[in-house]
Amino acid sequence: MHPILKLVAQRVALGILLLWAASVLIFVGTQILPGDVAQSILGQAATPQSLANLRAELGLNEPPVARYFAWLGGVLTGDLGTSLTNGRDIATAMGGRLWNTLFLAFWTALIAVPTAILLGLVAVRYQGRWPDKLISGTTLATVSVPEFLLGYIAVFFLAVQYRVFPSISTVYDSMSLGEKLNAIALPIIVLTLTILGHMMRMTRAAILNVMQSAYIETAELKGLGGFAVIARHAFPNAIAPVINVVMLNLAYLVVGVVVVEVVFVYPGMGQYLVDHVAKRDVPVVQACGLVFAAVYIGMNLLADVMSILANPRLRHPK
Amino acid sequence: MRMPVSAAIGLFFTALYFLAAIFADLIAPYGMAEIVGGVWDPVSADHWLGTDNIGRDLLSRMIYGGQTTIFIATMGTLLSFSVGSVLGFTAAVAGGWLDQVLSRFVDLMMAIPSLIFALVVLSVMPVTVPVLILVMGILDSTRVFRLSRAVAVDITVMDYVEAARLRGEGRGWVIFSEVLPNALSPLVAEMGLRFIFMVLFISTLSFLGLGVQPPLADWGGIVKENKEGIVYGIPAALIPAFAIATLAISVNLVADWILNRTTSVKGGRGG
Repeated sequence: MHPILKLVAQRVALGILLLWAASVLIFVGTQILPGDVAQSILGQAATPQSLANLRAELGLNEPPVARYFAWLGGVLTGDLGTSLTNGRDIATAMGGRLWNTLFLAFWTALIAVPTAILLGLVAVRYQGRWPDKLISGTTLATVSVPEFLLGYIAVFFLAVQYRVFPSISTVYDSMSLGEKLNAIALPIIVLTLTILGHMMRMTRAAILNVMQSAYIETAELKGLGGFAVIARHAFPNAIAPVINVVMLNLAYLVVGVVVVEVVFVYPGMGQYLVDHVAKRDVPVVQACGLVFAAVYIGMNLLADVMSILANPRLRHPK
Repeated sequence: MRMPVSAAIGLFFTALYFLAAIFADLIAPYGMAEIVGGVWDPVSADHWLGTDNIGRDLLSRMIYGGQTTIFIATMGTLLSFSVGSVLGFTAAVAGGWLDQVLSRFVDLMMAIPSLIFALVVLSVMPVTVPVLILVMGILDSTRVFRLSRAVAVDITVMDYVEAARLRGEGRGWVIFSEVLPNALSPLVAEMGLRFIFMVLFISTLSFLGLGVQPPLADWGGIVKENKEGIVYGIPAALIPAFAIATLAISVNLVADWILNRTTSVKGGRGG
Protein backbone atom coordinates (compact mmCIF):
# COMPACT_ATOMS: atom_id res chain seq x y z
CA MET A 1 0.00 0.00 0.00
CA HIS A 2 1.18 3.51 -0.75
CA PRO A 3 2.52 4.96 2.53
CA ILE A 4 0.35 8.05 2.20
CA LEU A 5 -2.81 5.94 1.94
CA LYS A 6 -1.73 4.10 5.05
CA LEU A 7 -1.20 7.37 6.93
CA VAL A 8 -4.58 8.70 5.84
CA ALA A 9 -6.30 5.44 6.76
CA GLN A 10 -4.69 5.59 10.21
CA ARG A 11 -5.94 9.13 10.75
CA VAL A 12 -9.46 8.23 9.68
CA ALA A 13 -9.52 5.22 12.01
CA LEU A 14 -8.27 7.42 14.83
CA GLY A 15 -11.00 9.97 14.07
CA ILE A 16 -13.70 7.32 14.25
CA LEU A 17 -12.32 6.05 17.56
CA LEU A 18 -12.26 9.61 18.89
CA LEU A 19 -15.85 10.20 17.81
CA TRP A 20 -16.96 7.05 19.61
CA ALA A 21 -15.14 8.15 22.77
CA ALA A 22 -16.75 11.59 22.44
CA SER A 23 -20.18 9.95 22.33
CA VAL A 24 -19.36 8.19 25.62
CA LEU A 25 -18.22 11.49 27.12
CA ILE A 26 -21.38 13.32 26.02
CA PHE A 27 -23.54 10.55 27.42
CA VAL A 28 -21.64 10.53 30.71
CA GLY A 29 -21.80 14.35 30.79
CA THR A 30 -25.58 14.20 31.06
CA GLN A 31 -25.51 11.48 33.74
CA ILE A 32 -23.00 12.90 36.22
CA LEU A 33 -25.60 14.75 38.23
CA PRO A 34 -25.37 13.53 41.82
CA GLY A 35 -29.17 13.26 42.11
CA ASP A 36 -31.90 12.26 39.73
CA VAL A 37 -32.10 13.66 36.18
CA ALA A 38 -35.89 13.48 36.19
CA GLN A 39 -36.09 15.47 39.40
CA SER A 40 -33.79 18.15 38.04
CA ILE A 41 -35.77 18.42 34.80
CA LEU A 42 -39.16 18.75 36.51
CA GLY A 43 -37.98 20.81 39.48
CA GLN A 44 -39.12 20.74 43.10
CA ALA A 45 -42.85 20.95 42.35
CA ALA A 46 -42.96 17.55 40.56
CA THR A 47 -45.52 15.00 41.71
CA PRO A 48 -44.32 11.41 42.35
CA GLN A 49 -46.51 10.26 39.45
CA SER A 50 -44.99 12.63 36.89
CA LEU A 51 -41.51 11.76 38.15
CA ALA A 52 -42.19 8.06 37.64
CA ASN A 53 -43.56 8.75 34.14
CA LEU A 54 -40.54 10.78 33.13
CA ARG A 55 -38.19 8.16 34.54
CA ALA A 56 -39.90 5.49 32.46
CA GLU A 57 -39.80 7.71 29.37
CA LEU A 58 -36.07 8.43 29.80
CA GLY A 59 -35.46 4.75 30.55
CA LEU A 60 -33.88 5.70 33.88
CA ASN A 61 -34.95 2.41 35.42
CA GLU A 62 -32.40 0.60 33.26
CA PRO A 63 -28.67 0.57 34.08
CA PRO A 64 -26.62 3.38 32.43
CA VAL A 65 -24.55 1.06 30.27
CA ALA A 66 -27.68 -0.50 28.71
CA ARG A 67 -29.09 2.99 28.13
CA TYR A 68 -25.87 4.09 26.43
CA PHE A 69 -25.87 1.19 24.00
CA ALA A 70 -29.56 1.66 23.25
CA TRP A 71 -28.84 5.30 22.48
CA LEU A 72 -25.75 4.53 20.39
CA GLY A 73 -27.62 1.84 18.46
CA GLY A 74 -30.37 4.35 17.69
CA VAL A 75 -27.86 6.98 16.55
CA LEU A 76 -26.11 4.52 14.22
CA THR A 77 -29.41 3.65 12.54
CA GLY A 78 -30.39 7.31 12.18
CA ASP A 79 -32.83 7.38 15.10
CA LEU A 80 -31.87 10.21 17.45
CA GLY A 81 -34.84 9.67 19.75
CA THR A 82 -37.75 11.99 20.48
CA SER A 83 -37.79 15.36 22.15
CA LEU A 84 -39.07 15.46 25.75
CA THR A 85 -40.75 18.85 25.43
CA ASN A 86 -42.83 18.37 22.28
CA GLY A 87 -42.52 14.64 21.54
CA ARG A 88 -41.30 15.21 18.00
CA ASP A 89 -38.72 13.08 16.26
CA ILE A 90 -35.32 14.77 16.75
CA ALA A 91 -33.78 13.67 13.45
CA THR A 92 -36.54 15.30 11.35
CA ALA A 93 -36.56 18.48 13.46
CA MET A 94 -32.79 18.69 13.11
CA GLY A 95 -32.51 18.05 9.38
CA GLY A 96 -33.63 21.47 8.14
CA ARG A 97 -31.74 23.27 10.87
CA LEU A 98 -28.49 21.46 10.15
CA TRP A 99 -28.91 22.45 6.53
CA ASN A 100 -29.42 26.13 7.53
CA THR A 101 -26.32 26.08 9.72
CA LEU A 102 -24.20 24.54 6.98
CA PHE A 103 -25.57 27.15 4.54
CA LEU A 104 -24.43 29.93 6.88
CA ALA A 105 -21.04 28.31 7.51
CA PHE A 106 -20.48 27.70 3.78
CA TRP A 107 -20.99 31.34 2.81
CA THR A 108 -18.89 32.54 5.73
CA ALA A 109 -16.03 30.27 4.69
CA LEU A 110 -16.37 31.41 1.06
CA ILE A 111 -15.84 35.03 2.13
CA ALA A 112 -13.53 34.66 5.12
CA VAL A 113 -10.88 32.30 3.72
CA PRO A 114 -9.82 34.28 0.60
CA THR A 115 -10.00 37.57 2.54
CA ALA A 116 -7.81 36.23 5.35
CA ILE A 117 -5.19 34.87 2.96
CA LEU A 118 -5.17 38.08 0.91
CA LEU A 119 -4.80 40.24 4.04
CA GLY A 120 -2.03 37.95 5.27
CA LEU A 121 -0.16 38.41 1.97
CA VAL A 122 -0.59 42.19 2.11
CA ALA A 123 0.63 42.27 5.72
CA VAL A 124 3.75 40.30 4.75
CA ARG A 125 4.41 42.50 1.71
CA TYR A 126 4.28 45.68 3.81
CA GLN A 127 5.73 44.08 6.94
CA GLY A 128 6.36 46.60 9.71
CA ARG A 129 4.81 49.47 7.74
CA TRP A 130 1.36 51.00 8.25
CA PRO A 131 -0.77 48.48 6.24
CA ASP A 132 0.69 45.65 8.34
CA LYS A 133 0.16 47.51 11.61
CA LEU A 134 -3.37 48.55 10.66
CA ILE A 135 -4.36 44.98 9.74
CA SER A 136 -2.71 43.46 12.83
CA GLY A 137 -4.25 46.05 15.17
CA THR A 138 -7.76 45.65 13.77
CA THR A 139 -7.63 41.87 13.95
CA LEU A 140 -6.35 42.00 17.55
CA ALA A 141 -9.42 44.08 18.41
CA THR A 142 -11.83 41.67 16.69
CA VAL A 143 -10.45 38.62 18.51
CA SER A 144 -10.74 40.39 21.89
CA VAL A 145 -14.51 40.92 21.62
CA PRO A 146 -16.94 38.01 22.06
CA GLU A 147 -19.08 37.08 19.04
CA PHE A 148 -22.36 38.23 20.47
CA LEU A 149 -21.07 41.74 21.18
CA LEU A 150 -19.63 41.96 17.68
CA GLY A 151 -23.09 40.90 16.54
CA TYR A 152 -24.89 43.71 18.40
CA ILE A 153 -22.33 46.29 17.28
CA ALA A 154 -23.05 45.19 13.70
CA VAL A 155 -26.81 45.38 14.31
CA PHE A 156 -26.53 48.80 15.93
CA PHE A 157 -24.65 50.35 13.03
CA LEU A 158 -25.63 48.34 9.95
CA ALA A 159 -29.25 47.52 10.72
CA VAL A 160 -30.45 50.38 12.93
CA GLN A 161 -28.38 53.45 12.12
CA TYR A 162 -27.90 52.90 8.37
CA ARG A 163 -30.55 50.23 7.62
CA VAL A 164 -28.36 48.29 5.18
CA PHE A 165 -29.27 44.75 6.26
CA PRO A 166 -32.12 43.28 8.34
CA SER A 167 -31.35 42.78 12.06
CA ILE A 168 -33.14 39.42 12.26
CA SER A 169 -32.22 36.60 9.91
CA THR A 170 -35.45 34.80 9.12
CA VAL A 171 -35.08 32.34 6.27
CA TYR A 172 -37.61 29.95 4.81
CA ASP A 173 -37.63 27.60 1.85
CA SER A 174 -39.59 29.79 -0.56
CA MET A 175 -36.98 32.58 -0.47
CA SER A 176 -34.71 33.03 -3.46
CA LEU A 177 -30.94 32.74 -2.96
CA GLY A 178 -30.48 36.52 -3.14
CA GLU A 179 -33.12 37.12 -0.45
CA LYS A 180 -31.57 34.48 1.75
CA LEU A 181 -28.11 36.00 1.39
CA ASN A 182 -29.49 39.43 2.23
CA ALA A 183 -31.12 37.97 5.34
CA ILE A 184 -27.94 36.29 6.56
CA ALA A 185 -25.57 39.12 5.58
CA LEU A 186 -25.06 40.30 9.17
CA PRO A 187 -24.34 36.85 10.66
CA ILE A 188 -21.88 36.24 7.82
CA ILE A 189 -20.10 39.53 8.56
CA VAL A 190 -19.87 38.77 12.29
CA LEU A 191 -18.65 35.20 11.83
CA THR A 192 -16.15 36.35 9.23
CA LEU A 193 -14.75 38.93 11.65
CA THR A 194 -14.42 36.38 14.45
CA ILE A 195 -12.38 33.87 12.44
CA LEU A 196 -10.63 36.35 10.15
CA GLY A 197 -8.24 37.68 12.81
CA HIS A 198 -6.79 34.34 13.82
CA MET A 199 -6.60 33.00 10.27
CA MET A 200 -4.90 36.13 8.97
CA ARG A 201 -2.33 36.21 11.79
CA MET A 202 -1.40 32.58 11.29
CA THR A 203 -1.13 33.03 7.50
CA ARG A 204 1.17 35.99 8.07
CA ALA A 205 3.31 34.04 10.52
CA ALA A 206 3.54 31.00 8.20
CA ILE A 207 4.62 33.09 5.20
CA LEU A 208 7.07 35.16 7.26
CA ASN A 209 8.64 31.91 8.40
CA VAL A 210 9.25 30.87 4.78
CA MET A 211 10.48 34.37 3.85
CA GLN A 212 13.68 33.73 5.80
CA SER A 213 14.75 30.88 3.50
CA ALA A 214 17.73 31.21 1.18
CA TYR A 215 15.67 30.70 -1.99
CA ILE A 216 13.59 33.78 -1.15
CA GLU A 217 16.76 35.83 -1.01
CA THR A 218 17.81 34.36 -4.37
CA ALA A 219 14.46 35.31 -5.88
CA GLU A 220 14.82 38.83 -4.53
CA LEU A 221 18.40 39.10 -5.81
CA LYS A 222 17.43 38.02 -9.32
CA GLY A 223 15.13 41.07 -9.35
CA LEU A 224 11.60 39.81 -8.68
CA GLY A 225 9.18 42.34 -7.18
CA GLY A 226 7.71 42.09 -3.69
CA PHE A 227 4.38 40.45 -4.52
CA ALA A 228 5.88 38.12 -7.13
CA VAL A 229 8.32 36.68 -4.58
CA ILE A 230 5.54 36.10 -2.08
CA ALA A 231 3.01 34.69 -4.55
CA ARG A 232 5.39 32.50 -6.55
CA HIS A 233 7.98 31.35 -4.01
CA ALA A 234 6.81 31.92 -0.45
CA PHE A 235 3.09 31.09 -0.59
CA PRO A 236 3.37 27.63 -2.25
CA ASN A 237 5.78 26.58 0.49
CA ALA A 238 3.62 27.97 3.26
CA ILE A 239 0.48 26.26 1.99
CA ALA A 240 0.55 23.29 4.39
CA PRO A 241 0.40 25.35 7.61
CA VAL A 242 -2.09 27.75 6.00
CA ILE A 243 -4.46 24.91 5.07
CA ASN A 244 -4.17 23.61 8.61
CA VAL A 245 -5.06 27.00 10.09
CA VAL A 246 -7.97 27.44 7.71
CA MET A 247 -9.45 24.06 8.64
CA LEU A 248 -9.01 24.66 12.37
CA ASN A 249 -10.81 27.98 12.06
CA LEU A 250 -13.61 26.39 10.11
CA ALA A 251 -13.91 23.93 12.98
CA TYR A 252 -14.07 26.87 15.35
CA LEU A 253 -16.91 28.24 13.21
CA VAL A 254 -19.03 25.42 14.66
CA VAL A 255 -18.82 27.03 18.09
CA GLY A 256 -19.16 30.60 16.88
CA VAL A 257 -22.29 29.68 14.98
CA VAL A 258 -24.12 28.73 18.20
CA VAL A 259 -23.88 32.23 19.65
CA VAL A 260 -24.36 34.12 16.39
CA GLU A 261 -27.52 32.17 15.57
CA VAL A 262 -29.00 33.22 18.91
CA VAL A 263 -28.13 36.88 18.28
CA PHE A 264 -29.82 36.92 14.89
CA VAL A 265 -32.62 34.43 15.71
CA TYR A 266 -31.45 32.27 12.81
CA PRO A 267 -33.22 28.89 12.67
CA GLY A 268 -30.11 26.69 12.83
CA MET A 269 -28.54 24.02 15.03
CA GLY A 270 -27.10 26.46 17.56
CA GLN A 271 -30.43 28.06 18.34
CA TYR A 272 -31.96 24.57 18.60
CA LEU A 273 -29.29 23.45 21.09
CA VAL A 274 -29.49 26.55 23.30
CA ASP A 275 -33.32 26.49 23.41
CA HIS A 276 -33.34 22.89 24.55
CA VAL A 277 -30.58 23.30 27.12
CA ALA A 278 -32.77 25.93 28.78
CA LYS A 279 -35.74 23.51 28.66
CA ARG A 280 -33.54 20.68 30.01
CA ASP A 281 -34.52 18.49 27.08
CA VAL A 282 -31.75 15.93 27.52
CA PRO A 283 -32.26 13.75 24.38
CA VAL A 284 -32.14 16.81 22.09
CA VAL A 285 -29.05 18.17 23.86
CA GLN A 286 -27.28 14.81 23.55
CA ALA A 287 -28.10 14.59 19.85
CA CYS A 288 -27.00 18.17 19.15
CA GLY A 289 -23.81 17.72 21.18
CA LEU A 290 -22.98 14.61 19.19
CA VAL A 291 -23.60 16.33 15.85
CA PHE A 292 -21.45 19.32 16.83
CA ALA A 293 -18.68 17.02 18.10
CA ALA A 294 -18.86 14.98 14.87
CA VAL A 295 -18.50 18.10 12.70
CA TYR A 296 -15.66 19.40 14.87
CA ILE A 297 -13.76 16.10 14.87
CA GLY A 298 -14.42 15.72 11.14
CA MET A 299 -12.96 19.16 10.40
CA ASN A 300 -9.87 18.47 12.51
CA LEU A 301 -9.46 15.13 10.74
CA LEU A 302 -9.73 16.86 7.37
CA ALA A 303 -7.07 19.36 8.48
CA ASP A 304 -4.77 16.47 9.38
CA VAL A 305 -5.34 14.63 6.12
CA MET A 306 -4.90 17.75 4.00
CA SER A 307 -1.63 18.69 5.65
CA ILE A 308 -0.37 15.14 4.96
CA LEU A 309 -1.41 15.49 1.33
CA ALA A 310 0.18 18.94 1.05
CA ASN A 311 3.56 17.64 2.22
CA PRO A 312 5.61 16.73 -0.88
CA ARG A 313 8.02 14.62 1.18
CA LEU A 314 5.15 12.30 2.10
CA ARG A 315 3.61 12.43 -1.38
CA HIS A 316 6.77 11.25 -3.12
CA PRO A 317 8.51 8.79 -0.78
CA LYS A 318 12.05 7.74 -1.59
CA MET B 1 14.64 46.78 33.02
CA ARG B 2 12.00 49.41 32.25
CA MET B 3 8.41 48.53 31.66
CA PRO B 4 7.25 49.34 28.08
CA VAL B 5 4.43 51.90 27.73
CA SER B 6 1.95 49.36 26.36
CA ALA B 7 2.44 47.09 29.39
CA ALA B 8 2.07 50.04 31.76
CA ILE B 9 -1.23 51.03 30.12
CA GLY B 10 -2.39 47.42 30.25
CA LEU B 11 -1.44 47.08 33.90
CA PHE B 12 -3.18 50.37 34.76
CA PHE B 13 -6.52 49.35 33.22
CA THR B 14 -6.33 45.79 34.57
CA ALA B 15 -5.73 47.19 38.07
CA LEU B 16 -8.58 49.69 37.58
CA TYR B 17 -11.07 46.93 36.70
CA PHE B 18 -9.96 44.74 39.60
CA LEU B 19 -10.15 47.60 42.09
CA ALA B 20 -13.61 48.57 40.82
CA ALA B 21 -14.67 44.94 41.26
CA ILE B 22 -13.28 44.67 44.81
CA PHE B 23 -14.70 47.98 46.02
CA ALA B 24 -17.97 47.76 44.05
CA ASP B 25 -20.08 48.36 47.17
CA LEU B 26 -18.24 51.61 47.90
CA ILE B 27 -18.11 53.18 44.45
CA ALA B 28 -21.40 52.11 42.86
CA PRO B 29 -23.74 55.15 43.08
CA TYR B 30 -26.91 53.03 43.40
CA GLY B 31 -27.83 49.51 44.51
CA MET B 32 -27.50 46.57 42.11
CA ALA B 33 -31.23 45.83 41.75
CA GLU B 34 -32.57 49.23 42.78
CA ILE B 35 -35.02 50.81 40.30
CA VAL B 36 -34.15 54.51 40.19
CA GLY B 37 -35.45 55.88 36.89
CA GLY B 38 -37.48 55.29 33.73
CA VAL B 39 -36.87 52.63 31.10
CA TRP B 40 -33.67 53.40 29.15
CA ASP B 41 -33.24 56.97 30.41
CA PRO B 42 -30.51 58.76 28.45
CA VAL B 43 -27.14 59.72 29.92
CA SER B 44 -27.48 62.40 32.61
CA ALA B 45 -25.63 63.83 35.62
CA ASP B 46 -27.51 61.42 37.93
CA HIS B 47 -26.99 58.37 35.70
CA TRP B 48 -23.65 58.58 33.94
CA LEU B 49 -24.43 55.70 31.60
CA GLY B 50 -28.23 56.08 31.62
CA THR B 51 -30.63 53.43 32.94
CA ASP B 52 -31.36 49.90 31.78
CA ASN B 53 -34.42 48.02 30.50
CA ILE B 54 -36.33 48.25 33.79
CA GLY B 55 -34.92 51.54 35.05
CA ARG B 56 -31.87 50.43 37.07
CA ASP B 57 -28.76 52.63 37.01
CA LEU B 58 -26.53 51.20 34.29
CA LEU B 59 -23.22 52.37 35.78
CA SER B 60 -24.01 50.56 39.04
CA ARG B 61 -25.06 47.45 37.09
CA MET B 62 -21.79 47.58 35.16
CA ILE B 63 -19.72 47.86 38.36
CA TYR B 64 -21.54 45.02 40.11
CA GLY B 65 -21.55 43.07 36.85
CA GLY B 66 -17.79 43.49 36.61
CA GLN B 67 -17.52 42.17 40.16
CA THR B 68 -19.46 38.99 39.29
CA THR B 69 -17.72 38.45 35.95
CA ILE B 70 -14.21 39.04 37.32
CA PHE B 71 -14.88 36.92 40.42
CA ILE B 72 -16.13 33.94 38.41
CA ALA B 73 -13.34 34.30 35.84
CA THR B 74 -10.67 34.53 38.57
CA MET B 75 -11.97 31.52 40.48
CA GLY B 76 -12.31 29.54 37.25
CA THR B 77 -8.74 30.42 36.26
CA LEU B 78 -7.39 29.43 39.69
CA LEU B 79 -9.25 26.12 39.53
CA SER B 80 -8.10 25.34 35.99
CA PHE B 81 -4.51 26.19 36.93
CA SER B 82 -4.40 24.12 40.10
CA VAL B 83 -5.98 21.08 38.42
CA GLY B 84 -4.22 21.46 35.06
CA SER B 85 -0.71 22.23 36.28
CA VAL B 86 -0.63 19.62 39.05
CA LEU B 87 -1.82 16.91 36.66
CA GLY B 88 0.44 18.20 33.87
CA PHE B 89 3.54 18.17 36.10
CA THR B 90 2.61 14.78 37.50
CA ALA B 91 2.25 13.38 33.98
CA ALA B 92 5.62 14.80 32.94
CA VAL B 93 7.48 13.67 36.07
CA ALA B 94 5.87 10.25 36.36
CA GLY B 95 5.81 9.41 32.63
CA GLY B 96 4.79 5.90 31.58
CA TRP B 97 1.18 4.74 31.67
CA LEU B 98 -0.04 7.58 33.93
CA ASP B 99 1.19 10.12 31.37
CA GLN B 100 -0.46 8.16 28.54
CA VAL B 101 -3.82 7.88 30.30
CA LEU B 102 -3.94 11.55 31.28
CA SER B 103 -2.77 12.82 27.89
CA ARG B 104 -5.20 10.69 25.90
CA PHE B 105 -8.07 11.73 28.17
CA VAL B 106 -7.20 15.39 27.64
CA ASP B 107 -7.06 14.79 23.86
CA LEU B 108 -10.56 13.40 24.12
CA MET B 109 -11.86 16.34 26.18
CA MET B 110 -10.42 18.75 23.64
CA ALA B 111 -12.07 16.90 20.76
CA ILE B 112 -15.39 18.40 21.86
CA PRO B 113 -15.62 22.22 21.72
CA SER B 114 -15.71 23.61 25.31
CA LEU B 115 -18.88 25.66 24.79
CA ILE B 116 -20.79 22.67 23.40
CA PHE B 117 -19.64 20.40 26.22
CA ALA B 118 -20.48 23.05 28.82
CA LEU B 119 -23.99 23.35 27.35
CA VAL B 120 -24.42 19.57 27.44
CA VAL B 121 -23.43 19.40 31.10
CA LEU B 122 -25.46 22.48 32.09
CA SER B 123 -28.58 20.91 30.61
CA VAL B 124 -28.77 18.60 33.66
CA MET B 125 -26.87 20.62 36.29
CA PRO B 126 -28.44 23.39 38.37
CA VAL B 127 -27.08 26.67 37.00
CA THR B 128 -25.45 28.28 40.05
CA VAL B 129 -22.21 30.22 40.43
CA PRO B 130 -20.19 27.33 42.02
CA VAL B 131 -21.36 24.92 39.31
CA LEU B 132 -20.39 27.41 36.60
CA ILE B 133 -16.92 27.87 38.10
CA LEU B 134 -16.49 24.11 38.40
CA VAL B 135 -17.60 23.35 34.83
CA MET B 136 -15.57 26.14 33.23
CA GLY B 137 -12.49 25.49 35.37
CA ILE B 138 -12.39 21.78 34.62
CA LEU B 139 -13.06 22.21 30.90
CA ASP B 140 -10.31 24.80 30.65
CA SER B 141 -7.79 22.84 32.74
CA THR B 142 -7.17 20.65 29.65
CA ARG B 143 -5.34 23.54 27.97
CA VAL B 144 -3.30 24.26 31.11
CA PHE B 145 -2.48 20.54 31.32
CA ARG B 146 -1.04 20.54 27.80
CA LEU B 147 1.08 23.62 28.39
CA SER B 148 2.40 22.65 31.81
CA ARG B 149 3.17 19.12 30.66
CA ALA B 150 5.08 20.44 27.64
CA VAL B 151 7.05 22.89 29.81
CA ALA B 152 7.73 20.29 32.51
CA VAL B 153 8.92 17.64 30.04
CA ASP B 154 11.76 20.00 29.08
CA ILE B 155 12.63 20.59 32.73
CA THR B 156 12.56 16.97 33.90
CA VAL B 157 15.56 16.09 31.68
CA MET B 158 17.71 18.77 33.38
CA ASP B 159 20.66 17.69 35.51
CA TYR B 160 19.30 19.24 38.71
CA VAL B 161 16.12 17.17 38.48
CA GLU B 162 18.22 14.07 37.91
CA ALA B 163 20.30 15.05 40.94
CA ALA B 164 17.19 15.49 43.07
CA ARG B 165 15.92 12.07 42.01
CA LEU B 166 19.25 10.43 42.77
CA ARG B 167 19.21 12.10 46.19
CA GLY B 168 16.05 10.08 46.73
CA GLU B 169 13.50 12.90 46.76
CA GLY B 170 9.87 11.91 46.30
CA ARG B 171 7.69 12.78 43.32
CA GLY B 172 5.86 15.57 45.18
CA TRP B 173 9.12 17.24 46.17
CA VAL B 174 10.44 17.08 42.60
CA ILE B 175 7.22 18.64 41.29
CA PHE B 176 6.95 21.47 43.79
CA SER B 177 10.59 22.32 44.49
CA GLU B 178 12.31 21.60 41.18
CA VAL B 179 9.78 21.77 38.33
CA LEU B 180 7.29 24.38 39.55
CA PRO B 181 9.70 27.29 40.20
CA ASN B 182 11.30 26.85 36.78
CA ALA B 183 8.00 26.52 34.93
CA LEU B 184 6.36 29.47 36.65
CA SER B 185 7.00 32.27 34.15
CA PRO B 186 5.40 30.76 31.02
CA LEU B 187 2.50 29.63 33.21
CA VAL B 188 1.94 33.15 34.56
CA ALA B 189 1.78 34.57 31.03
CA GLU B 190 -0.64 31.82 30.05
CA MET B 191 -2.73 32.63 33.10
CA GLY B 192 -3.56 36.05 31.62
CA LEU B 193 -4.81 34.47 28.40
CA ARG B 194 -6.85 31.85 30.25
CA PHE B 195 -8.40 34.60 32.41
CA ILE B 196 -9.55 36.45 29.28
CA PHE B 197 -10.91 33.22 27.89
CA MET B 198 -12.87 32.73 31.12
CA VAL B 199 -14.31 36.26 30.91
CA LEU B 200 -15.46 35.61 27.35
CA PHE B 201 -16.76 32.15 28.29
CA ILE B 202 -18.89 33.27 31.25
CA SER B 203 -20.16 36.30 29.30
CA THR B 204 -21.21 34.04 26.45
CA LEU B 205 -22.98 31.59 28.78
CA SER B 206 -24.79 34.44 30.56
CA PHE B 207 -25.78 35.96 27.25
CA LEU B 208 -27.31 32.63 26.23
CA GLY B 209 -29.26 32.70 29.51
CA LEU B 210 -27.34 29.71 30.89
CA GLY B 211 -24.80 31.51 33.05
CA VAL B 212 -25.29 33.95 35.92
CA GLN B 213 -29.01 34.18 36.73
CA PRO B 214 -30.91 37.44 37.39
CA PRO B 215 -31.18 39.58 39.49
CA LEU B 216 -27.40 39.14 39.87
CA ALA B 217 -25.66 41.35 37.32
CA ASP B 218 -22.85 40.30 35.02
CA TRP B 219 -21.55 41.71 31.75
CA GLY B 220 -22.99 39.02 29.49
CA GLY B 221 -26.33 39.25 31.30
CA ILE B 222 -26.46 43.04 30.87
CA VAL B 223 -26.21 42.51 27.11
CA LYS B 224 -29.04 39.98 27.24
CA GLU B 225 -31.28 42.28 29.30
CA ASN B 226 -30.76 45.30 27.06
CA LYS B 227 -30.56 43.70 23.63
CA GLU B 228 -34.08 44.73 22.63
CA GLY B 229 -33.01 48.37 23.01
CA ILE B 230 -30.57 48.03 20.10
CA VAL B 231 -33.40 48.02 17.57
CA TYR B 232 -34.57 51.42 18.92
CA GLY B 233 -31.04 52.78 18.66
CA ILE B 234 -30.30 52.58 22.41
CA PRO B 235 -26.66 51.54 22.84
CA ALA B 236 -26.99 50.23 26.46
CA ALA B 237 -26.15 46.66 25.37
CA LEU B 238 -22.91 47.84 23.75
CA ILE B 239 -21.39 49.20 26.99
CA PRO B 240 -20.35 45.73 28.28
CA ALA B 241 -18.71 45.21 24.87
CA PHE B 242 -16.44 48.12 25.61
CA ALA B 243 -15.68 46.85 29.12
CA ILE B 244 -14.88 43.30 28.00
CA ALA B 245 -12.78 44.44 25.04
CA THR B 246 -10.68 46.89 27.09
CA LEU B 247 -10.16 44.33 29.87
CA ALA B 248 -9.18 41.67 27.32
CA ILE B 249 -6.71 43.92 25.51
CA SER B 250 -5.18 45.21 28.79
CA VAL B 251 -4.58 41.73 30.18
CA ASN B 252 -3.15 40.66 26.81
CA LEU B 253 -0.67 43.54 26.87
CA VAL B 254 0.50 42.58 30.36
CA ALA B 255 0.77 38.88 29.43
CA ASP B 256 2.80 39.74 26.30
CA TRP B 257 5.21 41.75 28.40
CA ILE B 258 5.67 38.97 30.98
CA LEU B 259 6.29 36.46 28.20
CA ASN B 260 8.87 38.72 26.48
CA ARG B 261 10.57 39.45 29.78
CA THR B 262 10.94 35.80 30.73
CA THR B 263 12.30 34.81 27.31
CA SER B 264 14.93 37.55 27.55
CA VAL B 265 15.91 36.40 31.04
CA LYS B 266 16.49 32.94 29.57
CA GLY B 267 18.59 34.41 26.75
CA GLY B 268 15.77 34.48 24.21
CA ARG B 269 14.55 37.25 21.95
CA GLY B 270 12.65 40.39 22.85
CA GLY B 271 13.15 43.02 25.50
